[in-house]
Amino acid sequence: MMQTRVVPQRGFNLDYIMFIFTRVSGLSIVLLALVGIILAMVMGARTQMDLGTLMRWTFFPNPNHVVNSDIPDVTLGWANAYWSTMQFLLIFFAFTHAANGLRMIVEDYVNRGVGQLLVRGFFFLLWLFMLITAIFVVLSS
Amino acid sequence: MAFGRLTGLQGMRYRGGGPMLAFLLHRVTALGIILFVGLHVLASFAMQQVIWGDFGIFINTIYESPWFQIFVIFCVLYHALNGLRIVIMDFRPGLLKYQREALWLQWFIFVPIYALTIFVVIQRALAGG
Repeated sequence: MMQTRVVPQRGFNLDYIMFIFTRVSGLSIVLLALVGIILAMVMGARTQMDLGTLMRWTFFPNPNHVVNSDIPDVTLGWANAYWSTMQFLLIFFAFTHAANGLRMIVEDYVNRGVGQLLVRGFFFLLWLFMLITAIFVVLSS
Repeated sequence: MAFGRLTGLQGMRYRGGGPMLAFLLHRVTALGIILFVGLHVLASFAMQQVIWGDFGIFINTIYESPWFQIFVIFCVLYHALNGLRIVIMDFRPGLLKYQREALWLQWFIFVPIYALTIFVVIQRALAGG
Protein backbone atom coordinates (compact mmCIF):
# COMPACT_ATOMS: atom_id res chain seq x y z
CA MET A 1 0.00 0.00 0.00
CA MET A 2 1.27 3.42 -0.91
CA GLN A 3 1.98 5.82 1.92
CA THR A 4 2.98 9.43 1.93
CA ARG A 5 6.52 10.26 2.91
CA VAL A 6 7.07 11.74 6.36
CA VAL A 7 8.35 15.27 6.01
CA PRO A 8 11.44 16.09 8.13
CA GLN A 9 10.68 18.15 11.22
CA ARG A 10 11.76 21.73 11.72
CA GLY A 11 14.52 22.57 14.14
CA PHE A 12 18.14 21.78 14.84
CA ASN A 13 18.08 18.05 14.09
CA LEU A 14 19.88 15.53 11.90
CA ASP A 15 17.97 16.47 8.75
CA TYR A 16 18.80 20.15 9.17
CA ILE A 17 22.47 19.49 9.96
CA MET A 18 22.85 17.13 7.00
CA PHE A 19 21.04 19.58 4.69
CA ILE A 20 23.68 22.20 5.48
CA PHE A 21 26.50 19.66 5.42
CA THR A 22 25.47 18.32 1.99
CA ARG A 23 25.69 21.80 0.50
CA VAL A 24 28.96 22.69 2.22
CA SER A 25 30.64 19.37 1.41
CA GLY A 26 29.46 19.52 -2.21
CA LEU A 27 31.02 22.96 -2.61
CA SER A 28 34.16 21.75 -0.82
CA ILE A 29 34.55 18.76 -3.14
CA VAL A 30 34.24 21.02 -6.20
CA LEU A 31 36.77 23.42 -4.66
CA LEU A 32 39.22 20.60 -3.81
CA ALA A 33 38.88 19.23 -7.34
CA LEU A 34 39.57 22.67 -8.81
CA VAL A 35 42.66 23.08 -6.60
CA GLY A 36 43.85 19.62 -7.64
CA ILE A 37 43.36 20.19 -11.37
CA ILE A 38 44.92 23.69 -11.28
CA LEU A 39 47.98 22.56 -9.33
CA ALA A 40 48.36 19.53 -11.62
CA MET A 41 48.35 21.94 -14.58
CA VAL A 42 50.93 24.14 -12.84
CA MET A 43 53.12 21.08 -12.28
CA GLY A 44 53.16 20.36 -16.00
CA ALA A 45 50.09 18.24 -16.64
CA ARG A 46 49.53 19.75 -20.09
CA THR A 47 52.55 18.05 -21.62
CA GLN A 48 53.27 15.17 -19.26
CA MET A 49 49.94 13.63 -18.25
CA ASP A 50 47.18 11.75 -20.01
CA LEU A 51 43.55 12.41 -19.19
CA GLY A 52 43.23 9.59 -16.69
CA THR A 53 46.20 10.80 -14.68
CA LEU A 54 44.85 14.34 -14.71
CA MET A 55 41.51 13.05 -13.39
CA ARG A 56 43.33 11.14 -10.65
CA TRP A 57 45.13 14.33 -9.61
CA THR A 58 41.87 16.22 -9.73
CA PHE A 59 39.85 13.99 -7.44
CA PHE A 60 42.40 12.06 -5.45
CA PRO A 61 45.91 13.54 -5.48
CA ASN A 62 47.75 10.46 -4.28
CA PRO A 63 51.34 9.85 -5.50
CA ASN A 64 50.38 6.21 -5.99
CA HIS A 65 47.87 7.37 -8.59
CA VAL A 66 50.38 9.10 -10.85
CA VAL A 67 53.15 6.53 -11.07
CA ASN A 68 52.35 6.12 -14.78
CA SER A 69 52.99 9.74 -15.70
CA ASP A 70 56.36 11.02 -16.85
CA ILE A 71 56.88 13.50 -14.04
CA PRO A 72 60.01 12.66 -12.06
CA ASP A 73 60.26 12.50 -8.27
CA VAL A 74 56.61 11.71 -7.72
CA THR A 75 57.17 10.05 -4.38
CA LEU A 76 59.72 12.59 -3.17
CA GLY A 77 58.18 15.91 -4.15
CA TRP A 78 54.46 15.31 -4.04
CA ALA A 79 53.89 12.84 -1.20
CA ASN A 80 53.85 15.53 1.44
CA ALA A 81 51.53 16.64 4.20
CA TYR A 82 49.70 19.07 1.91
CA TRP A 83 48.46 16.40 -0.50
CA SER A 84 47.72 13.99 2.36
CA THR A 85 45.54 16.64 3.98
CA MET A 86 43.78 17.19 0.65
CA GLN A 87 43.10 13.46 0.43
CA PHE A 88 41.78 13.15 3.98
CA LEU A 89 39.49 16.14 3.48
CA LEU A 90 38.22 14.70 0.20
CA ILE A 91 37.67 11.26 1.76
CA PHE A 92 35.74 12.72 4.69
CA PHE A 93 33.59 15.05 2.60
CA ALA A 94 32.92 12.52 -0.16
CA PHE A 95 32.01 9.55 2.01
CA THR A 96 29.88 11.57 4.42
CA HIS A 97 28.10 13.21 1.48
CA ALA A 98 27.61 9.79 -0.13
CA ALA A 99 26.39 7.97 2.99
CA ASN A 100 23.94 10.74 3.77
CA GLY A 101 22.73 10.80 0.16
CA LEU A 102 22.11 7.04 0.20
CA ARG A 103 20.31 7.40 3.53
CA MET A 104 18.07 10.10 2.06
CA ILE A 105 17.27 8.03 -1.05
CA VAL A 106 16.42 4.93 1.00
CA GLU A 107 14.44 6.86 3.63
CA ASP A 108 12.13 8.08 0.86
CA TYR A 109 10.81 4.52 0.81
CA VAL A 110 10.99 3.74 4.54
CA ASN A 111 8.59 4.74 7.28
CA ARG A 112 9.58 6.19 10.61
CA GLY A 113 10.35 3.75 13.43
CA VAL A 114 12.35 0.55 13.41
CA GLY A 115 12.98 0.61 9.67
CA GLN A 116 14.44 4.10 9.81
CA LEU A 117 16.63 3.13 12.75
CA LEU A 118 17.93 0.08 10.88
CA VAL A 119 18.61 2.15 7.75
CA ARG A 120 20.51 4.77 9.73
CA GLY A 121 22.50 2.13 11.59
CA PHE A 122 23.40 0.35 8.36
CA PHE A 123 24.55 3.48 6.58
CA PHE A 124 26.48 4.64 9.65
CA LEU A 125 28.38 1.34 9.72
CA LEU A 126 28.93 1.47 5.93
CA TRP A 127 30.22 5.05 6.26
CA LEU A 128 32.61 4.05 9.06
CA PHE A 129 33.85 1.00 7.13
CA MET A 130 34.51 2.92 3.90
CA LEU A 131 36.16 5.80 5.81
CA ILE A 132 38.54 3.45 7.63
CA THR A 133 39.30 1.47 4.47
CA ALA A 134 40.03 4.60 2.44
CA ILE A 135 42.27 6.10 5.13
CA PHE A 136 44.08 2.77 5.44
CA VAL A 137 44.64 2.71 1.66
CA VAL A 138 46.07 6.25 1.75
CA LEU A 139 48.32 5.64 4.73
CA SER A 140 49.73 2.38 3.38
CA SER A 141 50.23 3.52 -0.23
CA MET B 1 -7.23 20.50 -18.05
CA ALA B 2 -10.36 19.71 -20.00
CA PHE B 3 -11.86 16.29 -19.54
CA GLY B 4 -10.60 13.73 -22.02
CA ARG B 5 -8.00 16.03 -23.53
CA LEU B 6 -5.30 13.39 -23.10
CA THR B 7 -6.26 9.76 -23.44
CA GLY B 8 -4.45 6.46 -23.49
CA LEU B 9 -0.68 6.44 -23.18
CA GLN B 10 -0.58 10.22 -23.62
CA GLY B 11 -2.66 10.63 -20.47
CA MET B 12 -0.55 8.25 -18.44
CA ARG B 13 2.74 9.97 -19.24
CA TYR B 14 4.20 11.88 -16.31
CA ARG B 15 4.83 15.43 -17.47
CA GLY B 16 7.45 16.42 -14.94
CA GLY B 17 9.69 17.97 -17.56
CA GLY B 18 13.20 19.27 -17.04
CA PRO B 19 13.19 19.58 -13.23
CA MET B 20 11.94 16.01 -12.84
CA LEU B 21 14.65 14.78 -15.21
CA ALA B 22 17.23 16.71 -13.17
CA PHE B 23 15.98 15.16 -9.91
CA LEU B 24 16.08 11.68 -11.45
CA LEU B 25 19.50 12.13 -13.05
CA HIS B 26 20.90 13.58 -9.81
CA ARG B 27 19.97 10.38 -7.97
CA VAL B 28 21.07 8.03 -10.75
CA THR B 29 24.41 9.79 -11.16
CA ALA B 30 24.90 9.74 -7.38
CA LEU B 31 24.46 5.98 -7.38
CA GLY B 32 26.86 5.75 -10.34
CA ILE B 33 29.54 7.73 -8.50
CA ILE B 34 29.07 5.67 -5.33
CA LEU B 35 29.35 2.47 -7.36
CA PHE B 36 32.59 3.64 -8.97
CA VAL B 37 34.24 5.17 -5.89
CA GLY B 38 33.24 2.27 -3.65
CA LEU B 39 34.60 -0.31 -6.07
CA HIS B 40 37.71 1.81 -6.59
CA VAL B 41 38.48 2.03 -2.86
CA LEU B 42 37.84 -1.69 -2.34
CA ALA B 43 39.99 -2.53 -5.39
CA SER B 44 42.81 -0.30 -4.14
CA PHE B 45 42.60 -2.01 -0.78
CA ALA B 46 42.60 -5.45 -2.42
CA MET B 47 45.59 -4.54 -4.62
CA GLN B 48 47.64 -3.84 -1.50
CA GLN B 49 46.92 -7.26 -0.03
CA VAL B 50 48.70 -10.40 -1.08
CA ILE B 51 45.64 -12.64 -1.16
CA TRP B 52 43.06 -10.45 -2.93
CA GLY B 53 45.32 -8.98 -5.63
CA ASP B 54 43.51 -10.84 -8.43
CA PHE B 55 40.17 -9.46 -7.28
CA GLY B 56 41.59 -5.92 -7.40
CA ILE B 57 42.95 -6.42 -10.90
CA PHE B 58 39.58 -7.83 -12.01
CA ILE B 59 37.76 -4.69 -10.80
CA ASN B 60 40.45 -2.43 -12.27
CA THR B 61 39.90 -3.88 -15.75
CA ILE B 62 36.17 -3.14 -15.45
CA TYR B 63 36.51 0.56 -14.75
CA GLU B 64 39.48 1.09 -17.02
CA SER B 65 37.31 0.22 -20.01
CA PRO B 66 36.25 3.24 -22.12
CA TRP B 67 32.54 2.43 -21.69
CA PHE B 68 32.75 2.67 -17.92
CA GLN B 69 34.85 5.85 -18.18
CA ILE B 70 32.24 7.51 -20.42
CA PHE B 71 29.56 6.57 -17.85
CA VAL B 72 31.59 7.81 -14.87
CA ILE B 73 32.48 11.12 -16.52
CA PHE B 74 28.78 11.69 -17.22
CA CYS B 75 27.95 10.94 -13.58
CA VAL B 76 30.62 13.15 -12.04
CA LEU B 77 30.11 16.11 -14.37
CA TYR B 78 26.31 16.06 -14.21
CA HIS B 79 26.22 15.58 -10.45
CA ALA B 80 28.69 18.42 -9.90
CA LEU B 81 26.88 20.89 -12.17
CA ASN B 82 23.41 19.98 -10.91
CA GLY B 83 24.64 20.13 -7.31
CA LEU B 84 26.05 23.61 -7.89
CA ARG B 85 22.69 24.68 -9.34
CA ILE B 86 20.89 23.28 -6.28
CA VAL B 87 23.27 25.05 -3.89
CA ILE B 88 22.81 28.37 -5.67
CA MET B 89 19.01 27.94 -5.73
CA ASP B 90 18.91 26.99 -2.03
CA PHE B 91 20.96 29.91 -0.85
CA ARG B 92 19.16 32.37 -3.15
CA PRO B 93 15.52 31.21 -3.27
CA GLY B 94 14.57 34.20 -5.39
CA LEU B 95 16.33 32.58 -8.32
CA LEU B 96 13.87 29.63 -8.23
CA LYS B 97 11.74 31.71 -10.62
CA TYR B 98 14.34 30.99 -13.31
CA GLN B 99 14.72 27.27 -12.55
CA ARG B 100 13.92 26.08 -16.08
CA GLU B 101 16.28 28.61 -17.63
CA ALA B 102 18.95 27.50 -15.16
CA LEU B 103 18.43 23.90 -16.26
CA TRP B 104 18.95 24.87 -19.89
CA LEU B 105 22.06 26.86 -18.95
CA GLN B 106 23.30 23.80 -17.08
CA TRP B 107 22.88 21.63 -20.20
CA PHE B 108 24.66 24.26 -22.30
CA ILE B 109 27.63 24.11 -19.92
CA PHE B 110 27.48 20.32 -19.60
CA VAL B 111 27.36 19.32 -23.26
CA PRO B 112 30.61 20.97 -24.53
CA ILE B 113 32.71 19.81 -21.55
CA TYR B 114 31.32 16.29 -21.73
CA ALA B 115 31.69 16.09 -25.51
CA LEU B 116 35.31 17.24 -25.36
CA THR B 117 36.16 14.78 -22.59
CA ILE B 118 34.59 11.74 -24.23
CA PHE B 119 36.22 12.77 -27.52
CA VAL B 120 39.60 12.44 -25.79
CA VAL B 121 38.57 9.15 -24.14
CA ILE B 122 37.33 7.62 -27.41
CA GLN B 123 40.38 8.88 -29.30
CA ARG B 124 42.64 7.20 -26.74
CA ALA B 125 40.57 4.01 -26.81
CA LEU B 126 40.72 3.82 -30.61
CA ALA B 127 44.46 4.50 -30.56
CA GLY B 128 44.81 1.55 -28.19
CA GLY B 129 45.98 3.63 -25.24
